Amino acid sequence: MSDALTWVALVLLAGVTVITRGFFMVADKPLPIPGWLRELLKVAPLAALAAVVAPEVFMTQGHVITTWQDARWPGALVATAYFFWRRDILGTILAGMAVMLTLKLGLGW
Amino acid sequence: MNKLRDIARDPAFRQGARDMASPSLGLAAWGLVTGVTMVKSGLSLPLACGMSLLVFAGSAQLTALPLIASGAPMWVLLATAFCVNLRFVIFSAHWRHYFGHLPRWRRLLNGYLAADLNFVYFVKRWPDPAPAPGQQRYFWGGVAVNWPTWQLCSFTGIFLADRIPTHWGIGFAGVLALLGLSYSLLTERMLWWVAVTAGAVSIATYALPLKLNILCAILAAGAVGWWLDTRKARHE
Repeated sequence: MSDALTWVALVLLAGVTVITRGFFMVADKPLPIPGWLRELLKVAPLAALAAVVAPEVFMTQGHVITTWQDARWPGALVATAYFFWRRDILGTILAGMAVMLTLKLGLGW
Repeated sequence: MNKLRDIARDPAFRQGARDMASPSLGLAAWGLVTGVTMVKSGLSLPLACGMSLLVFAGSAQLTALPLIASGAPMWVLLATAFCVNLRFVIFSAHWRHYFGHLPRWRRLLNGYLAADLNFVYFVKRWPDPAPAPGQQRYFWGGVAVNWPTWQLCSFTGIFLADRIPTHWGIGFAGVLALLGLSYSLLTERMLWWVAVTAGAVSIATYALPLKLNILCAILAAGAVGWWLDTRKARHE
């Protein structure tokens, strides 16, 4: 994206923040929430996150990684273990980064 | 000036600020990671600062970055950010109980500034979904801590990022932050299948143009979620 186009994207993303955070506050009268929408609201945020995260961990330049000597999957694995041990996102980031940086800078993975 | 001093002394405002200060270390780290990741994914300094000030939504920002970097079309970018932000749509239905009586511009301003933590602490303080005295001042007390803390740490990250060599791959911290956030959303067993489906479909369809793999993944995961829920309902 060019810089100008990215600025447009940022303004529109700010619009997404306003619309989502104020979604049921735009109208003056309360809106009913249908059942199918409730269902979608339950799964969509998680699905979008997983869809973005998975390729960032398991792919390089558009291809699934074929070597196990990639510092990202052990980092993600340790981060996962830490999360389910402590349920704390800050520690999850630190644990995963410690492993990733050790393998990448220490062993050259 | 006097009015500002009165607000700063208001007990509800101070309570809101104090409640928001307790998780500020985690908030600071999250802001720092977002700041560093924005620059490391290729945004220029003005764009990164602009993104922080305008978008003001960490998870949507982190999700948008790989899409901006790979030149995904605008509508895919916006649709994905919208999906990541859908939790706020649920929150807004709750906020309405408290803020519904305010004029529209105030409702939308409150909504824009209401991040995850504002919601969590506000609902903890007022579990009864109805307007009550002090709510507005409590809310603004939280915003007065949350917004500057987030922006300060985000900007620190933006200006720190230049000092960290790119080959360290420090932007991975943003991916780990999203990973942790995904895990915190796994409140039901069926949601594990939703997440696995989304991840697998996203990788399998990665070769599609226009980053359509993200939308394929969300649709497939939605179908799996719907199927599992109807199956469960039939068994009960």
